[in-house]
Amino acid sequence: MKRRAFVSLAVVGGTAWLSGIRPAAAATPDPKVLHVLNRLGFGPRPGDVARVSRMGVERYIQEQLSPEKLREPANLQRQLNKFATLKLDSGDLVREYRRPGSRDQRRMRRRMLRRKRRQVVEEARSARLLRAVESPRQLEEVMVDFWFNHFNVYAFKGLGGLWIGSYERDAIRPYVMGNFREILGATAKHPAMLLYLDNWRNTAPDSPGARGRFKGLNENYARELMELHTMGADGGYTQKDVETLARVLTGWGLANYRRSTDTGFYFDARRHDVQPKVVLGQQLTQTGEQEGEAALDLLASHPSTAKFISFKLAQYFVTDNPPQRLVDRLQKRFQATQGNIRAVLATLFQSDEFWDERYFQKKYKTPYRYMISAVRSAGIDIKNPKPLVGALAQLSMPLYGAQTPDGYDQVEKAWLNPDGMMRRLNFAVLLGGGRSRLEMRQRKPIEPGQLSDTAAMFLQPGTLRIIASKRRGLRSGLILGSPEFMYH
Amino acid sequence: MQRRQFLQGLALGSAGLMLPVLQRSWISRSEAATDRAMVVVMLRGAVDGLSVLVPYGDDVYEESRPTIAIPAPGMPGGVTDLDGYFGLHPALAKLLPLWSAGKLAFVPASGSPDGTRSHFDAQDYLESGTPGVKNTRDGWLNRLLAEVRQQNPIQAVSISSTTPRILAGAQSIASVAPGKRATRKLALDRAFVAESFAELYAGRGKIGAIYQEGRQAREAIMAGLNQEMQKADNGATSVAGLAGDARRLGQLMQRDRRVQLGFMQVGGWDTHINQGAAKGQLANKLRLLSSGLVALSDALGSRFNQTVIVVMSEFGRTVKENGNRGTDHGRGNVMWVLGGGVKGKKIYGKWPGLDRSTLEAGRDVPVVTDFRDVLQPILTQHWGLSDVQLARVLPDYGSKNSISGLLK
Repeated sequence: MKRRAFVSLAVVGGTAWLSGIRPAAAATPDPKVLHVLNRLGFGPRPGDVARVSRMGVERYIQEQLSPEKLREPANLQRQLNKFATLKLDSGDLVREYRRPGSRDQRRMRRRMLRRKRRQVVEEARSARLLRAVESPRQLEEVMVDFWFNHFNVYAFKGLGGLWIGSYERDAIRPYVMGNFREILGATAKHPAMLLYLDNWRNTAPDSPGARGRFKGLNENYARELMELHTMGADGGYTQKDVETLARVLTGWGLANYRRSTDTGFYFDARRHDVQPKVVLGQQLTQTGEQEGEAALDLLASHPSTAKFISFKLAQYFVTDNPPQRLVDRLQKRFQATQGNIRAVLATLFQSDEFWDERYFQKKYKTPYRYMISAVRSAGIDIKNPKPLVGALAQLSMPLYGAQTPDGYDQVEKAWLNPDGMMRRLNFAVLLGGGRSRLEMRQRKPIEPGQLSDTAAMFLQPGTLRIIASKRRGLRSGLILGSPEFMYH
Repeated sequence: MQRRQFLQGLALGSAGLMLPVLQRSWISRSEAATDRAMVVVMLRGAVDGLSVLVPYGDDVYEESRPTIAIPAPGMPGGVTDLDGYFGLHPALAKLLPLWSAGKLAFVPASGSPDGTRSHFDAQDYLESGTPGVKNTRDGWLNRLLAEVRQQNPIQAVSISSTTPRILAGAQSIASVAPGKRATRKLALDRAFVAESFAELYAGRGKIGAIYQEGRQAREAIMAGLNQEMQKADNGATSVAGLAGDARRLGQLMQRDRRVQLGFMQVGGWDTHINQGAAKGQLANKLRLLSSGLVALSDALGSRFNQTVIVVMSEFGRTVKENGNRGTDHGRGNVMWVLGGGVKGKKIYGKWPGLDRSTLEAGRDVPVVTDFRDVLQPILTQHWGLSDVQLARVLPDYGSKNSISGLLK
C-alpha cells in the first residue's frame, strides 16, 4: 500500500538522490565536499553537505582545525554530564587503588574496584561514541581516535581500566592537535599507561627501593615507547638503547596512599638507576626525573619519530600505502614546527595527494568508522548510546578493547573479511529497520529519504536502481550496507 | 530487560535457522581433502590445575590445602585414581571413559615460559604463541590456518561473539555466537534480505567476493545448526550453556568436514575466594566443562578419530590455599589433550613434585613443559607441518623438549 508513495530512485545531473520521499537538497555535491566530510570527520550528517558547500571546503578545514572555536551543543553536554565517572580524578583513583590494608581488605577492595571499573569503561565508551556521532568538532574526534590508538591502552588489563576515562580526558584529548612532545609526556606519566605497560614497577635492581614487587627492570614501556610511540620499529635504535631507556625510566611510577599527587604519577627516586646513561648516542646530563624528560625530548625530536608519525597520519587520512612524497613533506613540516600536529595536519589537507581523486571513497572503513558514519548518516538523535557499544564489540572492535599496545589496525587488510562483512550487513539492516533503539523508541525505521543527502550520496546509480526495486522497509539497510558505504 | 533484548538485537549471533537448507555440492566434492581437525578450548581466568589432575600422592598437597584439597581415592568425595599418584577430580568423572579408552592425556607443570602473573598478559602469550613478545598481531591458530588453508570459508569456526586473539590474523574465519544466540534467526538471514545483498554485491570485485564467502560460510553453518536444532528439539540434550556450544561445534564438524579448526572459550576460573573442594564453585564449573567435552566428543562422532582437542589455561594457581579458602595466581598448570589419535591414559612431561624446594618462588608449580612443547607434536604429526612451517606458526620456538609419543 505504501508502494505508491514511493516514486523511484532517480539520478539527476550525475548525482544520485532519492526522490519522491523528500526533495533533494543539493543538486550536485562537489566530490571535494564529500571528501572532507569523510576524512576530516566521520561522514556527513543530514544538512552537512549543504552547509559545507555553502561555506567552502577551505573554510571548513580551517574551522575543523580550530575546534576550540566550535561550541559543543548543549544537548550533547547535557548527555555527557550524566556520566559521573567521567569526572573521576586520576590522583584520587590512585589513592584508592593503593590504599594499604590487610590481605583480606585489599581483596575486598579489588572486587569493589572491579565493579567500578566496569562502570568507568561503560561510561567512557558511551561518551566517546556520543561525541563521535554528535560533536561538530569532527576533526577533533577523528584525532582522538587516531591518538588513542597510537598510544593505546587496554581497559581490561588488571584494574587499569579504572583510568580509561581519565586517560582519554587528561592525556589524549587536550593534545590531539597540540604539540607531539606534550601528548607523549602526558601519556608517559598517566597511571593508565604506567599500569598497562608495567613501567610503574620498573626499578633499578640495586636501588634502595628495590623490594617486593619492585625488584627489577621492566622494559615493556621503554620498548613500546621507541617502537610504537616515537621512532618506529625501523627507527634506528638498538636493543641496548631500549635497555638504557628502561633504566632512565626507573622510578617513574604511581603515587601511593601516603605520597599522593594530583595526577597519580610519582617519581620514586629511591628506585631510580643513578648510573650515567647514553641513549641514541647522547650522554644524558640530567638526573632523576629530569633524565626521563630529557629522553622524551630526544625521542620526540628525533627525525625517525617525525617520519613515523607522518607515515601514520598519511595512512590514516589518505590511503593505506601513502606516497613517499607526501610522507616526506609531512615529516619536514613536523620537524620544522617541532612536532606541531595542527601544522602537520594543515599541510596534509593542502597536499596534492589529499586531493587526488584516485583516493576518494577508496579507504575501507574500520568498524568504528563504519558504525559512526552510519548513525551520523541517519541523523539519529541518540538518547541511548549503549547499543552502539555492544554493536561495536560485535563488529570485533570493542572500544578500549585493543589488547596489543599498537592499537587497532587502520587498513583494509585488517578489516575486510567475510565474517566482518556479515556482521556489518546485519548491523546495517537492524539500524535501517529502526531496531537499534538508539532513540529509546520502538521500531522507528529510517526512511530512505533521511539518507538522501548523506549515505545515499555515495552510491552509484546502478546500486540505487537495485535498492529502489526492493521493499521499502529494507532500503535504508541496503543503502547503509551497500559496497560503496563500506569505503570513505 | 528491554536493553538486553535490544543488545541482542543488534548483536550478530552468527547463525539462524529458517533459511531453506541449501545442500551444496561441496559436501561431496571436498572428500578428497583431509579430515584432520583440532579444537582448542581456552579456560580464561586460570583454572586450578591442582584440582583437575590432583597429585594426591604428594603429602604436601593436602597439607597445603586444609579446606580445599580433594580427598584421596576411596574417601567421600575423593578423586578417581589415575596412576597411583595423580587422581581426577570427582566432578570430571564423565571423562573417565575417555581416559580408560586411552583417548585422554594430561600434561602437568606446563604453561608459558614467560613469568607474568597477569591474566591478560598470560592469555595473550598463550594465544599469540609468542611468550614475552607483546607485539605479535596474529594468533597461532590463525597462523596454523594459513599453513593448512583450503579454499573454503568455514575451515576455522570460533564459538565467540568477537574474533578471539588466538584466531586473529590474515586468514578469514567463520563464527557462531555462543549460547542461545547461535540458533537465533537474524535480520540478515531472511531470504529476501540475503538475496537483495547478493544482488548489491554481485560483480563488485574483491569486496563482492568477500561478501560471497561470508554468505557461503553462513549458509553452511546455518545448515549444520539447523540439523542440530532438530535433534535438540527431539529432546536429546540441553542446548544451553557450554555443553550446547560444544555440541553445536561438534555437530558442525561432524556434518561438514570442511570445518577443521574449532575454538571455544570458558571463563570464570579465577577462584580467589571459596574455591570449594569435591563440591562447590570450582567443582560445579568442572562438571559443566566435562559435560561440554563429552558433548563435543560425542557430537564429533566418527570424526573424533581424526580430531585433537586441546584444553589450556593461562597459568596455574598457588599450591597453598589463601586466607579466603581460595587460591591465587601461580605458574604451571595442566594441559589436557583428547582425541582418537591421542595416546592417552597417560600423563606426559616431567612432574617436579610439590616439595617446597622445587616450587617456583617457593609457592608455585613451576613451568617444566612449555605449552609449545605440547603443541609441537600436534602441529608436526597431526597437521604434518614441516620445520619451516612450524617456525612460522610458532616463531622463536626451539622445540628442544617437545613431548614425544603424545600421538599415535
